[in-house]
Amino acid sequence: MIMKWRGWALATGVLAVSAMAQAAPPTAAMLSNACAGCHGTNGGSAGPTMPSLAGQSKEAIEVAMKKFKSGERPGTIMGRLAKGYSEAEVTAMAELFSKQKLHITTQTLDKAKIAKGASLQESNCGRCHIEDGKEGKDDTPAMASQWLPYMQMQMADYLSGKRKMPEKMKEKVDPMSKEDIEALLHFYASVK
Amino acid sequence: MTLDRRSFLKLVGAGAGAAGAVSLPMIGQAAELMPKSGKRVVVIGGGYGGTIAAKYIRMMDKSIEVVMIERNDHFVSCPFSNLYIGGIMTDLNALTIKYDKLAANHGVKVVQAEVTAIDPAAKSVTTSKGTISYDRLVVSPGIDFRLDEMKGYDTAAMEKMPHAWKAGPQTILLRKQLVDMKDGGTVVMTVPLAPYRCPPGPYERASMIAHYLKANKPKSKIVVLDAKPDITSKGGLFKKGWKDNYEGIIDYRPAKKVTEVDAKAMAVMVEGLEEVKGDVINVIPPQRAGQIAVAAGLVGDDKNWCPVDATTFESTKQKGIHVIGDACIAGAMPKSGYSANSEAKICAMNVVALINGKETTELSGINVCYSYITDKDAVSVAGVYTVKEGKIIAVPNSGGVSPADFSAAKTEALYAESWLKNILTEMST
Ligand SMILES: Cc1cc2nc3c(=O)[nH]c(=O)nc-3n(C[C@H](O)[C@H](O)[C@H](O)COP(=O)(O)OP(=O)(O)OC[C@H]3O[C@@H](n4cnc5c(N)ncnc54)[C@H](O)[C@@H]3O)c2cc1C
Ligand code: HEC
Ligand code: HEC
Repeated sequence: MIMKWRGWALATGVLAVSAMAQAAPPTAAMLSNACAGCHGTNGGSAGPTMPSLAGQSKEAIEVAMKKFKSGERPGTIMGRLAKGYSEAEVTAMAELFSKQKLHITTQTLDKAKIAKGASLQESNCGRCHIEDGKEGKDDTPAMASQWLPYMQMQMADYLSGKRKMPEKMKEKVDPMSKEDIEALLHFYASVK
Repeated sequence: MTLDRRSFLKLVGAGAGAAGAVSLPMIGQAAELMPKSGKRVVVIGGGYGGTIAAKYIRMMDKSIEVVMIERNDHFVSCPFSNLYIGGIMTDLNALTIKYDKLAANHGVKVVQAEVTAIDPAAKSVTTSKGTISYDRLVVSPGIDFRLDEMKGYDTAAMEKMPHAWKAGPQTILLRKQLVDMKDGGTVVMTVPLAPYRCPPGPYERASMIAHYLKANKPKSKIVVLDAKPDITSKGGLFKKGWKDNYEGIIDYRPAKKVTEVDAKAMAVMVEGLEEVKGDVINVIPPQRAGQIAVAAGLVGDDKNWCPVDATTFESTKQKGIHVIGDACIAGAMPKSGYSANSEAKICAMNVVALINGKETTELSGINVCYSYITDKDAVSVAGVYTVKEGKIIAVPNSGGVSPADFSAAKTEALYAESWLKNILTEMST
């Protein structure tokens, strides 16, 4: 008996195999789940030096990834990883993380510094880091409830010139005392 | 009519005598531990792969019942256990997770039992507590040792020459032996041929042991007998790190394959030719997939590791069974905790799709592995993975290792701590 190809394929399971080979291209969840080993489930970080991505703005993530990829923004690891993704893939991940609820961190902060930071933030940083840092203008990153050690490390990179500050942010930051900057970071870390 | 146990056995015995053994397989078969009603995935292993597969399946589809079977009531992480061995961490508490929150937060049903057999035809696993049936099975049992390739290395020898390649009592034993060793002593470490769990792991361990010796027993040294011709992972970085920090302490000897140990004489044998003695001996034996994967016929032609589909991690040997983590052959993805984490999520997503008759999704994965060189310096290797022609490959022109001049090493040591915190939090909450 001569079996028709389709019958043969069904009988031997060849069809099932070829159907399986036709998997959909990686979705936003498939892509971003792989980041969670470092940034935490759904982008909520439990490690004080690792930034949360949950609730971060889409533009800020896109710009960060682009700058990591080109080397414009220094990073210990993100440059090597960002090179593995296309622009469309980054956009998909950025959109997913931006839709996650802001990750509320529990960290030890200084009350006096928070109060001082609160009094300084609106006039110095509020133009771009809007809504108490819960949001950012254009590609400005959200900083509310971000880990203090992470922000301190990033600020150190800005001040040493390793990471390039936006001109208008530099104008505000440069004249400030170390203590005031520290107070501002405590403030942003405290916002829930 | 009701039968008591005695007369039931008599009856069956008589039947078997008369009509052959037809009904006998029923006897001694363990009872169904938890009868299945709806869709169910069973996960074997509560380590780096298993916990994540269980949690993510539940995160993606609450209608699937997930049963995770693990022999222990807790899990101790191998990542960072080398820091404990080097005296940088004082206990294993920060490396130990429990499973109660996986149950409370995600409804994962955790069963503490040993899985002794898998029946792919009946879709059920046999455990020390009874049988459990499944629609799909995810197997993440980690590794076991190929003891036939390391003569003399039996359970008793392990108590004298710890492997510490599964974290827990073995880790504590190796640390204790280092602390008890006299200054001027020699530590010997043996490294197998690839593939084995955690390619850079032995070199991180040598660094951590050297770190301890340098500060506490400066007349001592560590001899590394490596079966491989060279350090294959982060080689340049380890060599520079050793030169800068541990000159005269680490004696690295490539192409020295240890095939035999003598626990009484505290010696190891390099292919029957050369005997090397040590005061403390850390034997890292050749490895293969966890025993249950071997017993279930999931290993491939090499008899050691499990071939899988590069999209779903479904075994190519047994339908309905997925293998992830160290046990599987994942192409370019190395045998690491980060890989196991990433593979678990890829597998989870596709297991959910297959159970619901939906389209599967192509793999996108990451591996990152940090290694400490000193207490304050760490280096890393990173990779992003995709599939090409059915094989898992690294995305071209991505990934790689830390800068050769160690300019990022102090910062990476800080990030590595947060990595551990995040990945263990992923596994336990
Ligand atoms: C010294 C050392 C350092 C390392 N450092 C790093 C690092 O820095 N980064 C990194 O990414 N990776 C690292 N690794 C590798 C990492 O530990 C493994 O790759 C990872 O644990 C693999 O996950 P898994 O799920 O395959 O196995 P495991 O995590 O070992 O989990 C397997 C689980 O299955 C259970 N089990 C097995 N068989 C059965 C059975 N029959 N019944 C019930 N339960 C069973 C076991 O008890 C175990 O809990 C290191 C490894 C070592 C040895
Ligand atoms: C090995 C751990 C690791 C993995 C995996 C990882 N990251 Fe990161 N991420 C970091 C670290 C560390 C930083 C700080 C910059 C640096 O040193 O590279 C960072 C910073 C970032 C930032 C900047 C955040 C900010 O507020 O400035 C973004 C955005 C980001 N990562 C996105 C991702 C995405 C998307 C993925 C997955 C594709 C990912 N990361 C995977 C460790 C990781
Ligand atoms: C003119 C707009 C602007 C002002 C004003 C401004 N910032 Fe920023 N800030 C930005 C942008 C844009 C970025 C991201 C830039 C980049 O790519 O590095 C940023 C990044 C940061 C970051 C790093 C966050 C992260 O997740 O990596 C910190 C910390 C920060 N700003 C603090 C401040 C503080 C404190 C002030 C006030 C003293 C301030 N900024 C004022 C625009 C601004």
